Amino acid sequence: MNTPIRRLAIFSMLLFAALMLQTTWLQGFHAEAIKDDPLNGRQYTERLTEPRGPIEIAGEAVAYSEDISEDDEQPRYQRVYEGGGLYTPIVGSFRSYGASGIESTENSLLDGSDDQLAVRNFRDVLTGREPEGANVQLTIDPAVQEAGYNGFIDQGKNGAAVAIDPGSGAILGAVSYPSYDANDVSSVTDQEESNDNWVELEQDENKPLLNRAFQERYPPGSTFKVVTAAAAIEHLGATQDSTMDAPDVLELGKPLPNATPGGTCNDGDPDTLAHSIQISCNTSLANWAIEVGGDKLHEQAVGFGFQPEAEAESQDLEVPLSVVPSLAPNEGEDRNILGRAGIGQSNVESSPLQMAMVSAGIANSGEVMHPYLVDSVRDSDMSVVTQASPEPYSQATSASTAQTLTEMMTLVTQEGGSGTNAAIPGMEVAGKTGTAETGGDQGTHNWFIGFAPADDPQIAVAVVIEHGGGSGNENAAPIARQMMEAVVL
Amino acid sequence: MSTADPQAPTKSPEAPTELPPVKRRNAELTLICVTIVITMAAIAVSGLNLDGQIPGAMWGYGLTFGAMALATHVALRFIAPYADPLILPCALFLNGIGVAMIWRLDAAESGDIEHAGVGMQLIWTAIGMVLCIALLFFLREPRVLQRYTYISALSAIILIALPMLPVIGISEYGARRWIGFAGFTLQPSEFAKIALVVFLSSYLVTKRQVLSLAARQVKIGPVKIMELPRARDFMPMVVGWVAAIGLLVITKDLGSSLLLFGTFLGMLYVATQRSSWVVIGLTVFIAAAAVAFQLFWHFEQRVNIWFNAFDQEVYDALGGSMQLVQGQIGMAYGGLFGTGMGGGQAHKIFAADSDFILASLAEELGLTGLMAILVVIFILVQRGMRIALASRELFIKMLASGLAFVMCFQVFVVLGGLVRIIPLTGMTTPFLAAGGSALMASWLMIGLLLRMSDNARRPAPQAIQDEGATQVIRR
Repeated sequence: MNTPIRRLAIFSMLLFAALMLQTTWLQGFHAEAIKDDPLNGRQYTERLTEPRGPIEIAGEAVAYSEDISEDDEQPRYQRVYEGGGLYTPIVGSFRSYGASGIESTENSLLDGSDDQLAVRNFRDVLTGREPEGANVQLTIDPAVQEAGYNGFIDQGKNGAAVAIDPGSGAILGAVSYPSYDANDVSSVTDQEESNDNWVELEQDENKPLLNRAFQERYPPGSTFKVVTAAAAIEHLGATQDSTMDAPDVLELGKPLPNATPGGTCNDGDPDTLAHSIQISCNTSLANWAIEVGGDKLHEQAVGFGFQPEAEAESQDLEVPLSVVPSLAPNEGEDRNILGRAGIGQSNVESSPLQMAMVSAGIANSGEVMHPYLVDSVRDSDMSVVTQASPEPYSQATSASTAQTLTEMMTLVTQEGGSGTNAAIPGMEVAGKTGTAETGGDQGTHNWFIGFAPADDPQIAVAVVIEHGGGSGNENAAPIARQMMEAVVL
Repeated sequence: MSTADPQAPTKSPEAPTELPPVKRRNAELTLICVTIVITMAAIAVSGLNLDGQIPGAMWGYGLTFGAMALATHVALRFIAPYADPLILPCALFLNGIGVAMIWRLDAAESGDIEHAGVGMQLIWTAIGMVLCIALLFFLREPRVLQRYTYISALSAIILIALPMLPVIGISEYGARRWIGFAGFTLQPSEFAKIALVVFLSSYLVTKRQVLSLAARQVKIGPVKIMELPRARDFMPMVVGWVAAIGLLVITKDLGSSLLLFGTFLGMLYVATQRSSWVVIGLTVFIAAAAVAFQLFWHFEQRVNIWFNAFDQEVYDALGGSMQLVQGQIGMAYGGLFGTGMGGGQAHKIFAADSDFILASLAEELGLTGLMAILVVIFILVQRGMRIALASRELFIKMLASGLAFVMCFQVFVVLGGLVRIIPLTGMTTPFLAAGGSALMASWLMIGLLLRMSDNARRPAPQAIQDEGATQVIRR
């Protein structure tokens, strides 16, 4: 009977070998994959027990961790957000199974795990102090942000607004409407309700989770005419007084009418570039685009930050929130498409941030600064870990072209212009309206881009009302004005 | 396969298998001291990790456990001086680590380091040790068990059937494997294992010659694959199969069913040396399980959990894969070296101290620690096999190898389910898991192994006179 007993012993050995091999695979090789699985709630509970650094706007914490533990419990932290939906598109939310916004992009700094904090953390370990996350200061100006957000609340229409300090690229405001209150989805005491709320937001057809300011593209419509005008000045040597054919209707495959009062720009006669911009003439700018040509128009758009045709050169913009690339493809010599591209239609699509960069580039003598949201990062002792320094992003136009464009755009907000609602008493405001056809029957997108004061720009803005159905002057310009007033008045 | 005649004489013609008559009780004592130190260290580290100081429990529980362990050792010196010196330290190591883990889980769960306890675990350990010693004392010749073939069969059936009775039977977590009275719960299938092994040992020893008769050979070309038994000898197999499947369907306890049927097959193989029995048995069991999978939602879910544990839907389902996934996540956090006792989050997993205690240990002691534990269990199993080889009587050979295999297969079912080699089923780990029935049953098995090893290793008594007619009696 010893032979089968020996075999049974060997079989037992094989069973143990199988266990050992599988366990080795599980704990040794597969462990990281398991830890990364979304079902791993520990990623979150671990973070719960450590204080996360605050996110601050103008010195006030808009997201911070609050100790909610009872007296003798281990500390437990609840993330608290200020401002309802005001800052959520930027700050984001920190939830059971994920994070968004700055909470996500700056996570390693906020939770203190970043290498830049290693020395600090090491010191904390030596001194027996609990390591704390860093403090992230944003560039947002609360007055600008509130002006924009309240404008959307008043109108009750979806859309986005971005404000940039043209000289530095600092983002002063980034509104996306509708938004949501991050407190609703980040409760650690009632995680079920948080999850339910999140699912509800995901299913909401108004897409409150979409950050329209950075992540959505709209046809820019007539606001893109400043890009066309810039190309005309740069490449054709046009001036404010250069004229171009401006028929009441331009045949571009389908007839392209003017949207100006009376449907005419200069009674059918050739119109000057300045006047065409002031009243937003379609036909003359379409002709300018055709004159400039697909290569140059595309080149000019790329100069302002649109996505280059050659994919190798394209690099997604991060502010540090990622920004969807804006499109102004090279249409070659296709007259019909090119003409419509020149007025921001056909294949041209832009994020609100991109149009704000167009505006800011013109305001900053043709130089587009790299937009950024994080002003500085400080450790728990408030000593600086990183401090943002303005960096040029691209040279869109020469300073003189920018000056010419500014002068033309100033006419827009003045008597007889298309964007008088953006005028601020006591100063000159540069602007450009836009009303973009959307192809469907949901109504036009209404745009306004601009900056103020025109002679010493402090703030550049872009506002888009999604399917506003009116004109840029009606719907977008008032919000843009309020945001600019928050800085310049 | 060797063509050894199944009717070969009791003593195998193979290499000598006898164990040297060496006591080595001092070696055992040394190893036991090490296990006591390990147990105390495990409690101390848990306390340090949870609370920052060495808990009083290290002394309280550590020393109590140590005293009990040493008492058992001393009893062994008198009652079974030639018993295998490795068995007791291995059992104590597992028992001690289990106690430490249970204390650590309770401390984390209650948040009260001062008053954290180990429930009844230490008391059950004491009872188990007493049972073990009593068995060693009263059962001098395990071969007498052979007389109780059908009594042990009956008790196995009764023990298995008890949870199915109304009133005292308790169904929990999708399986009916407890009975309860007066606030105590018992898991009778833990004892049924032993009764079954005793029954199979005596039954198969008497029937082995019939069962190993070959009716015809199955060949593929010239290669002999296996020999099929005679059709009329299929009765025991049918009974075993029906019992296993009946158990599976009625109690929904796949683990016990698999364990008992696996033991049956293993012992049948040892008795007959016919691999055909194993093949036939496995085939019909898997076929029946496949039918059960079709018929019963419960089994379908088990299989679904097995293959798609990390599926969100399976995870969220009632009785879904949540526990398994949490256990595996814990093991992942344990990694190679573990979080250290008390450093992990093992206490957040359901049944962390019983069915999932291996997951808790894997998390906190890491792959390294789990390997150490597996090796100790493996040594225990192999010592059992070694006793089987060294014993002379067929019944004892069957009993020893059967008990060793039960232990081995039980660990395979538990850990195999945890790491998804097989579907996860609820089952305790010998000595480690919290639970009185499991501990008592394990200590009884250890008692049997110790007794058999003592008998196998004891030197034959010298003939009192050298007159040829004197009979040598082996005790």
